[in-house]
Order: sequence, then structure tokens, then C-alpha cells
Amino acid sequence: MALSVTDLRVYYQTLRGEVKALDGVTFSVADGEIMGLAGESGSGKSTLAKSLIRLDGRMRHAGGTVELDGRTLPIADDRAMDEFRFREVSLIPQYSMSALNPTRKIGKMVGELLAARGVPGGTAELERRLELVGLSKDVLGRYPIELSGGMKQRVVMVVSTLLNPSLLIADEVTSALDVSSQKAVATTLLGFRDHGLVTSMMVVTHDISLVYQIADTILVMYAGRLAEKAPAEVLVTAPRHPYTRQLVSALPEVGVRYEDRRLAGIPGNPPSLLNPPGGCRFRDRCPVAFEQCAEQPPFAEVAPGHLVACWKAE
Amino acid sequence: MRNEALHFALRNRKLVVGTVVVAVFLVAGVVGPMTIDHKPADYVGPAMAPPSGEFWFGTTTFGQDVFAQFLYGLRSTFLVGVLGGVLASVVGMVVGFVAGYRGGWVDELLTMVTNIVLVLPALVVLLIVNAYLGVRSVGVQALFIGLTSWPWAARAIRAQTFSLRSRDFVDLARLSGVRTPKIILREIAPNMSSYLFLTFILLFGSAILIAASLDFIGLGPTDSVSLGLMLNNAARWSALQLGMWWWFVPPGAGITAIVGALYVMNVGLDEVFNPKLREM
Amino acid sequence: MLKLDGVSKVYRVGAFGGRALTAVSGVGFEVGEGEVVSLIGESGSGKSTIGRMVLRLTQVSGGTITLDGRDISSIRDRKEYYRQVQGVFQDPFSCFNPIFRADRVFALIKEQYFPGVGAREWRGRVEDALESVRLDPGNVLGKYPHQLSGGQLQRMLIARAVLLDIRLLVADEIISMLDASTRIDVLNLLADLRARGLGILFVTHDLSLGNYVSDRTVVLRDGRIAEMGPTPLVFGDPRHPYTRSLLAAVPRLHTKWTDAPVDGTADGTAEERAEDLPCAYHEAAQGSRTRPGLAEVADGHFVACSGCAGAAPEEKKMKERA
Repeated sequence: MALSVTDLRVYYQTLRGEVKALDGVTFSVADGEIMGLAGESGSGKSTLAKSLIRLDGRMRHAGGTVELDGRTLPIADDRAMDEFRFREVSLIPQYSMSALNPTRKIGKMVGELLAARGVPGGTAELERRLELVGLSKDVLGRYPIELSGGMKQRVVMVVSTLLNPSLLIADEVTSALDVSSQKAVATTLLGFRDHGLVTSMMVVTHDISLVYQIADTILVMYAGRLAEKAPAEVLVTAPRHPYTRQLVSALPEVGVRYEDRRLAGIPGNPPSLLNPPGGCRFRDRCPVAFEQCAEQPPFAEVAPGHLVACWKAE
Repeated sequence: MRNEALHFALRNRKLVVGTVVVAVFLVAGVVGPMTIDHKPADYVGPAMAPPSGEFWFGTTTFGQDVFAQFLYGLRSTFLVGVLGGVLASVVGMVVGFVAGYRGGWVDELLTMVTNIVLVLPALVVLLIVNAYLGVRSVGVQALFIGLTSWPWAARAIRAQTFSLRSRDFVDLARLSGVRTPKIILREIAPNMSSYLFLTFILLFGSAILIAASLDFIGLGPTDSVSLGLMLNNAARWSALQLGMWWWFVPPGAGITAIVGALYVMNVGLDEVFNPKLREM
Repeated sequence: MLKLDGVSKVYRVGAFGGRALTAVSGVGFEVGEGEVVSLIGESGSGKSTIGRMVLRLTQVSGGTITLDGRDISSIRDRKEYYRQVQGVFQDPFSCFNPIFRADRVFALIKEQYFPGVGAREWRGRVEDALESVRLDPGNVLGKYPHQLSGGQLQRMLIARAVLLDIRLLVADEIISMLDASTRIDVLNLLADLRARGLGILFVTHDLSLGNYVSDRTVVLRDGRIAEMGPTPLVFGDPRHPYTRSLLAAVPRLHTKWTDAPVDGTADGTAEERAEDLPCAYHEAAQGSRTRPGLAEVADGHFVACSGCAGAAPEEKKMKERA
């Protein structure tokens, strides 16, 4: 088991109180698994991704453990995490286009980064990997401004996987890209796993149809908790959580037209996470809610590899 | 809306404290001189006397009443600061807003003028003009200070306007048929109100300091006293070396307190006008 | 109703405007009453520039935009124009001045267009408009922008446009920043407005959204029209290789990229593969080239040259003639 997260709680400190952005999350990612992590804004998906790498100043580790390849990640200890970051667990940030310093040549920047991490600088491997993602080694001699958005994204992707991390987290890496570059970046991610450069991967996104293209499993989050995890095919065709069901049916697809089939959104808004209500958090928007929903449903396995947090999911 | 701002303003401690301090000095500067029956430059007491019941702030080397000088000095310092600060702010805002909002050749022209004034050695110009005209009143001093110290304010406001101009709510106001001057006044300026106030405070402070420098080189007003002039007199007659702290502490503390209080007010105003900060 | 004819936009860039950057070039299409036209393109395709030109936020460099036959730049009174044409933008948070209450956008409309309307009647009108976009007036009035969600703000902006009883709405990427569960509601809202006879210019980069809501589709590429026509034709039978490659790249549910039929070589983009396919523009009869650079391959379905070999000699001929 590459990654296993147990009852993880991460709270944000604000002046009005603590926002329970991640409130008791338990799941695991197998070796070689690409897990899509989907959710809307405020679902806690980005908090989850960030807390596996670095807690920023306002985030507090309120409980739970994270294990990677049998070793516990000291996520609350920024110093101790240095040993794992980049080597064991690595992140491709959301705005990696702006992560590159515009005044330095790409090759120089990468060299400095590797030196800072105490990695012997062998450019042969770097060039080989650039080639793998369809970039020539010339990009090392160029400035970031000379590269297109998709190219910069791929450079950052190569750099973050250079040490063959066990877990790679891609945080909304495609959301700022055009349709055609989206596809290229997504397929590159897939290639990393297939070439054995990373063991497993978490692809964080709000776009279910995109993550469906490359993920083995998809985990859906809602209001700081897990809603459903299933193999990608199952989650899209036979979701069991009412939230997932409504979410998937709200996606317009090429070919679906307003006149033929009027899709519906989900009425209402997610609850505030400042003082979230007890029980199932989707209760207020849920069409099938009943008395038992006042109690929080467990994230239970209803079929092999299919976990759902809903009393009615049997 | 207005009542609500007032409601939050009265509850904001920073704003209240800052306002009270500035108001106390203002009242002292306006009313104070009327309660004293001698001129600040009169030799009324013993020389070099420390503070006492008769002379609250002591006397100078020549036996002048420091307290009287302080009150009169406050008055002219406020006058120079307000007149110079307001004038520079107005010029800076007009130039900054127009250049930033209009862009294009208007911007290029105004930026060029701004840069020319910016690189003029302002103090030298003031020296020459002051010496040539020979007018030595607080008002004239303020006028020249105001006309030479606006460029950096204009540049800062231009940059802010430039970034706000491309925000969608400005486009939306245009789509509502609102005219340009109104957009600047009602959409852009309120968004940088604390910034504008800060600009004014800094210009106010720098006007006081420039005035003090002018006073020092003998180009200050000949007919009155200012806090800067007091400081420089104290320095000239070695008050520090002679241990006459009562001569330089009041004017120094006065300038610091006024500028500091204005700054605290600014932070408070920001909290009052920015609904996001208000909630925190 | 709205007609664009050979519209171009050239920006002057560099020191003293020394270089020219063509953002839009020779674009022509129409938006009728009760019709949704989606303008689809990737970043840099000029789609937003066209939206801004229609809204008169950016000046037109060449060609004309007409509303009911009147050149919009000749309409002196901007208010008269904005009473008929309004816009909604991508980022709902940036459309509201953060230091004022969100309902100030309505107050601005009242002040500029309906100064004579009484306060009570106006409040009634605002509430009606909010209800027409499915917002609960009690929930949104009197709030600050940061207290409302993106979906609520975006709907308020549509309500603002509705207050004016407009005829044309330019919707520029209005749902790309909304969450999946609410974006479909905003899309449905556009469809409802259409049913009321409103013309809508729907600018988007998302093909599935454009397909869902629009009657006609215009595909832009580098500031030029690549293909346009009735939506079912453009999506069902794309004739330009660029449209095809866009469609192939759209992530879909139920179909994976890897499942798609592979024609020609597995590597290379769809566009490269399409080079072997005949160019629809040059295949079409000369007489069907009713618009400059576009050939009508089916009823109302226009397509530009794919950049095939046939284009070169033709350009030569044009130059000789000139």
C-alpha cells in the first residue's frame, strides 16, 4: 500500500474561528494507482493535497496519520518533512507556469534546485526525461518566457518527478490550459506512471470528465469529508452517493443539447465549515435524506473497491 | 450606508485614538495662541530656565517662552502641512487618475511632466524662488512645497489606477452608462481611499519636514514660528549639549505625535471602509 | 439583429506602438433575436476581444458591427446602446466593487436609466428580476460580494441585465469559474432568456458547454473564423481539421481518449493526420465561396481553408491581381 491516510484532520485558522477544511478523512492509494481527487471549491481537496506536502502557516494538523510505504509522514513538522518532500512525495503546483523565475535559464534553475536538494547533477537523466515528455534538451538553454504554457508545465512536471517519488500529487494542473494542451499534460501524467517514474499518483481536479480519462480510481470529496471512492468507470456509470450522482448528471457533454435533455444542477450551497452541522453534510441538499442522516454515515465498502459514505448506498 | 460607516468608525479604537490626538494638537494650535498674552519671540523670562509653573515648557537661551513658541509653532506647522499636503495631493491625484485611467498618449504626456518635476532638485528650486521673490509667509512656503512634492504621489496613484482600471467592475460601470469622471470618483477612488489618505499623510509629513529644512537655511517665514524653526534654533544654540531638553523635545514630539496619529487613523479608516477587514 | 462584417482588431504594441498585433481579423457573423451563438476558441483566439468590441469596451480597427443595420460606433448616446446590449463577464468576484454592497449594481442601473422610478416600485422590479434568475431576494440583497457565492453573484449580474430589458447579452466565459453543480443552472438560465426572445453571444473555450446551449457555433482560431454554422452540423460533421482536433481533445464521460478510433498514425495530432484529408474549402465549388475566406459546404455551414496545398497558388493569384 503506497499511501494510507487515517482519520486526517486539518483545520484552517481564521479570525472568526477554525475552519474544518479536512475533517476526518480515511483512504488509501495502492502501488501503481492513479487516483483522481474530485470536488468543488471548498470541498477540501486542495487542503488534502497540500497537507501531504507542506502545511502553510494557517493550517493546523488536528489529528490523524499519513503513512507512505509503511513510514509515517511527519506532516505537522515542516523540517522533518524535508526528508520526504521531492524524494518520496512530490507536488506539481497549480500555477506551475509562474513557478519559474523569468530571469534565469531553465537549465540553470533546475541545476540549482538539484544542488539545493543535495542531488548529484547528472544532466543525462534530465535530458532523457525531457525527451520522454516531448521536449528537446534545448529548452534547458532557454528562458521561461520563450516557452508556451504547456511546455513550462511539462518542464515543472519533469523536475518534480526527477527523483522517482513514490507519490506524485498533481494539483489542478490542467485547469488553466486550453483543451488541446490539457490532453497533452494529462497523457504525460499517465506516462510517468507507465514508465515507472512514480509509483502512484493523486490527480486533484474539479473536472471529473478530465480525470476520468487517466485515473484508475476517483475519490469524490464534499465539504471536508469523503463522499465516494470507486474505480473510475464505476464512479461515472454507476455512482451510489446521491451527491456524485447529481454531480455527474449535471455535466454537459458534447452531443447533449438543451432542447433534447435539460440537465439540472444541485440546488443549495455546501454548509459553512466554520461550524459544520453534525451528521451527513450533504443532508440539506440531498433528495433522499431521512432521519438517520442526522448521524454521520461511515465511509464503508459497498462493493470491492467501492466505498460510499451514505446510509442509503447499500 | 453613511450611518453604517459612522457606526463602525466610532467603534474602531485606532481611528478614535488617532483622531483624538490630532484634534488635541489642532485645538492647541488654533486656540492656544489666543490664551497667551505675549508674542512667542518676546523675551519674557529668565534665560535657560527649565519647565516651571510659570513657563510650562521652560525658556530658551534668550529667555523666550518655549510653550508660547510651541503653540504658535503648532499653528504654522499645521498650516504648512495642510496647505502643502492638500495642494500636492490634489495635483498628484488629478494627474495620477487621469494618466492611469486614460492611458495612451495622455498617459505618456503626463508621465513625462511628472518625471521632469520629479527630477527637478526641488530644494534648490525652492531656494532660488524663495530668495528671488523674497516672500516669507507660511502660505507662500506651502504653495511652493505643494507644487514640487506631488510627482511621486502621482506615480503611485497612476499605478494603482492602472491596475484597478482593468477590473471588471469598471467595465460594468461603463456598461451602465456611467461617465468617466464619475467612474474615477465613485468606482476607483473609493477602492484606494485608505491609500489616498496615506498619500496625504505622507505629503503632510514631508511638507512639515521640507518647511523645517527651509526654515533652517534661513528661508523660513520671518514673521512667525514653526515647530521646525524651533528645532533648528535649538540645534543652533546647542540645546542638546547644554542639556536644555525642554527646548527640542516639545517640537520633536509634536511633529512625531501628529504624523504618527495620522498614520494610526489611516489604519483605522482602512478597517472601517473595507468590509472584509471589518469582519475580522 | 447584431451583425459583424469583416471585423478586425489590431493592437499597437512595443515602444511608440511600433509593432502591430492582429487579434481579430475579418470576422463576420450574425446573432438573431432569440438565438444563442457560441463563439468558441482557445486562449489567444480573439473571442473575448470580439465580445468587448460588441460591448464597445474596445474600439474596432476594421469592418463594422451593426445593430439593426445601424453602425454601433455611430450611436452617440452610449446609454441608448447599453439599454439594448449588455454583458456578463468571467469573474463574478471582480465584477463587484468589493467595498460596496452587491446590490449596488442595481442602484447604478436605476440612477442611470430609471431616475424617475419610485423606491418601492424599483425594489419590486429588482425582486422580480432576482426571482427570474432563481435567486431569493431576501438572501442576496444587502450582502457584500464576499458573502455570496460565485453562482449567486453571476446570477445577480444576469438579473442586472434583465432589469434593462435588453435585446442582446454578451456572456463572456460566464461559467468557467463556477462549480459544476451550479454552472448548469446558469446555462439553463441563458436558455430561458433565449426563449424570451433575447439574442445571446456566448463566448467560451468549453466545447461541451457551447454545444449544450447554442443554436449556432463559430469556431475561432488565431483571430479568424475556422468554421461556423448550425451547432448540430459543426459538432456532428466538423469539416475543418482544427474543429476536429478540438473535439477529439475534449474529455468526455463514458469515452476515453484511448478508445477513440485511430485514423492514420497513432502519433501526431488529429490536425497532422488530417493533412491527407481533402480540404473542405477547396473541395467546395467556387460559387459557394460567398464570404471571404469561407466556403459554404452545407446550408449555413461555412468552413475556412485548412491551410492545405491548394491555398498557395490562390494567394499568388490574388497578389498578381493586386
